[in-house]
Amino acid sequence: MIALEKRPQPSRAFSLATPVLAVIATMVFGGLLFAALGKDPLVAIKTIFWDPLFGQYAFFYRPQLLIKGAPLVLIAIGLSLGFKAGIWNIGAEGQYIMGALFGAGVGLAFYPLEAFYVFPLMVLAGALGGWIWAMIPAFLKVKFGTNEILVSLMMVYVAEQFLPSMALGLMKNPEGFGFPGSRNLQQYPSAFNADLIEGSGMHWGVVAAMVAVILAYVLLTKHRLGFAIRVTGEAPRAARFSGVNPTRLVLFCLGMSGLLAGLAGMFEVSGPAGQVTIDFNVGYGFTAIIVAFLGRLHPVGILLAGLLMALTYIGGDIAQSNLGLPAAAIQVFQGMLLFFLLALDVLTNYRLRFGRSEVA
Amino acid sequence: MTETPLLDLKGLTKAYPGVIANDDVSLSIQPGEVHALLGENGAGKSTLVKMIYGLVKPDAGSMQMFGVPFAPAEPRAARAAGVGMVFQHFSLFDALTVAENIALGMENAPKLRDLSQQIRHVSDTYGLPLSPDRVVGDLSAGERQRVEIIRCLLQEPKLLIMDEPTSVLTPQEVEILFKTLRKLSAEGTAILYISHKLEEIRALCDSATILRLGKVVGECTPAETSARDMAEMMVGKLLQTPTRAGKTPGDVVLELKGLSAQSPSAFGMPLRDINVEVRAGEIIGIGGVAGNGQDELLAALSGEMLTSPGMIVFKERDVSLLGPTPRRAMGILSAPEERLGHAAAPDMSLTENAMLTAAARERLEKGGLLDWGAAQRFAEKIIETFDVRTPGPGNAARSLSGGNLQKFVIGREVLQRPDLLVVNQPTWGVDASAAAAIRQALLDLAENGTALVVISQDLDELMEISDRFAALNEGRLSAPRPAQGLTVEEIGLMMGGAHGMEVAHV
Repeated sequence: MIALEKRPQPSRAFSLATPVLAVIATMVFGGLLFAALGKDPLVAIKTIFWDPLFGQYAFFYRPQLLIKGAPLVLIAIGLSLGFKAGIWNIGAEGQYIMGALFGAGVGLAFYPLEAFYVFPLMVLAGALGGWIWAMIPAFLKVKFGTNEILVSLMMVYVAEQFLPSMALGLMKNPEGFGFPGSRNLQQYPSAFNADLIEGSGMHWGVVAAMVAVILAYVLLTKHRLGFAIRVTGEAPRAARFSGVNPTRLVLFCLGMSGLLAGLAGMFEVSGPAGQVTIDFNVGYGFTAIIVAFLGRLHPVGILLAGLLMALTYIGGDIAQSNLGLPAAAIQVFQGMLLFFLLALDVLTNYRLRFGRSEVA
Repeated sequence: MTETPLLDLKGLTKAYPGVIANDDVSLSIQPGEVHALLGENGAGKSTLVKMIYGLVKPDAGSMQMFGVPFAPAEPRAARAAGVGMVFQHFSLFDALTVAENIALGMENAPKLRDLSQQIRHVSDTYGLPLSPDRVVGDLSAGERQRVEIIRCLLQEPKLLIMDEPTSVLTPQEVEILFKTLRKLSAEGTAILYISHKLEEIRALCDSATILRLGKVVGECTPAETSARDMAEMMVGKLLQTPTRAGKTPGDVVLELKGLSAQSPSAFGMPLRDINVEVRAGEIIGIGGVAGNGQDELLAALSGEMLTSPGMIVFKERDVSLLGPTPRRAMGILSAPEERLGHAAAPDMSLTENAMLTAAARERLEKGGLLDWGAAQRFAEKIIETFDVRTPGPGNAARSLSGGNLQKFVIGREVLQRPDLLVVNQPTWGVDASAAAAIRQALLDLAENGTALVVISQDLDELMEISDRFAALNEGRLSAPRPAQGLTVEEIGLMMGGAHGMEVAHV
């Protein structure tokens, strides 16, 4: 018999090891899945994990890693602050869309003025858009005690209606021959979030993500507010007792995660995407939830998890086109990663005991 | 007595990883005997009764009931063999009636009407006033306990195990309970009575077995042994009685003026018009049955719960609208009852838990940035000063035993030199020597001019350290009276007497 036994205190070693174990387990079981689909598992795993980084066309895929990873990391960092405190913002996707609409809106309003302040204003507008969208569930929660999970999620659907309405209406390109979508900001130098080093994929969003990782780390380890966030997540009553104001914490955590998601949307629309289109959002806001947990809600972990998730996206695309793996198989593969992570998580607080079972 | 014992335990041993909970424990109980099981927390009392009740399997040793081997695999088997148990913590549903609750716990419950009849019968026979139609949520702790006892009695047990039954009762309710237990004993039911209240055991029990660190260290006849001797057998060393010098109280530090407030929780007790003054160097003891507003009073004083302006005055300043942090900065410190999850965050280290309340007064924080080095030094100071047994400040709070964590929690506040300290149940679940150390620390604080509000359900403790005593009952505070010379009856009446006592005639 195998029994689970609670550890006297959480194991640090396992807390660090479980993500690695989860990736290994995913490779093993994902490999079995690919084998069952009639593909060579080793080739499939290599295509997903190795080719984007070191394969023949790595020069093309490596910048993609940053482009896909940056919004995931930026959003996940914001979400992790709330998640640590038990405040669940599930609506980052909506905040991402609103950030993009606000940012693009400011840029399009200035068109065709060329001035140094256009892009900074767009950044501020993007942050504001995401912040406002997150403050709606935050306000309803502190004022009326509504559930932020439901409200923030429903706000996603509202934002998803705003997006086509803008792409087909107010923000539609007047010189676009009737095609849906706004002007392309990539062709408007003052508003274009270009690569800082040509062809590197390193745009301002990547810089923002790195800065967010560092600031979040400092906040959580060195600052009163970060400590308040951690205590609230661990023991809400103890947090109250120590003087944490739960209302302010809800406003801060939801506001900050909305702000970062808005920034991510703004950097995306002004850079890699270039324009507001009806299918602008591709689910970064939801995937970032997985990234946040895969990174164990730790800023450095989230950075690594974001890059890993971006890698499986890119590698998955390659596997689809080169090996003919079905898209669903790739999604199962990504789902396995989260599943194994959560399942192995139990080892942080419990240890396995082999041998005779005992009645407790 | 030479007849076959009702229950005979021989060499029972049970080990858990890292600790031997019971080591070669033997004892026997005769029919009709009231047998006390004494020992500090962690001495192995609970493990022993769990083995008898089939919740835990012994690693070695044997049990016999009426000379027949007895090895219950589960509580159901133990119940079938005639063992009933009343736990310290009740397992009742607030929204159901007494009869429904009892029916839920039975293997094949009779129709509710018949059951109600049986409940009335048992309740009359044993002097346990209780109406089967009442909703449990409305009952007092004493009445809830009667539900649990009647649940056991309906199965006509030969052995009734009671785990710390009086910790939630007023003195008058204790008297009712004891009458019931004596009647049961007279009818031949044996009772295994777990407690650490020695005077109760002296009044009730025929014999006692004393456990220390899992081993039987002594047996005695309680009526012929002094409480002090039994306590020293439990602890294994001589006890220090807390001492204090006489003194005159100083200026008024805390003034409550008509303090009234709704409880933040749905099943809480509102505070109703509390008026009291506490002076520097004075300890005011607040007694009362649990759930009569103790948690709410602490929350109102700590700042977790804000009240209307003018109700709480500290050193002539109205602090009613200030939260916990500014109150701490002024010198109002507190230690709530619940150690894990309220006074301390279970999964966080002791250093982090030191930071929890000491950031402002111990200058562990500068401009929002935390000084973890200073926090660790403060945690080490608490650990050393209060003899907290732990490998170091990096260990999680939940890895400490209850008593050690309590010493840490109290020490954390005491070392911050409070002007007013409010504690709720300062020695709950703490072994005798640690409890003595905590009480001494509280007395020393008062000696140095701190005003103390000590909320506790341990009346002996309150009588030992308080200058004045008051009781909380239904959210109201009785007028404080000098603790010296108060009789148990007077205290009981201040606590609101026994609920439903008027129908209690055996």
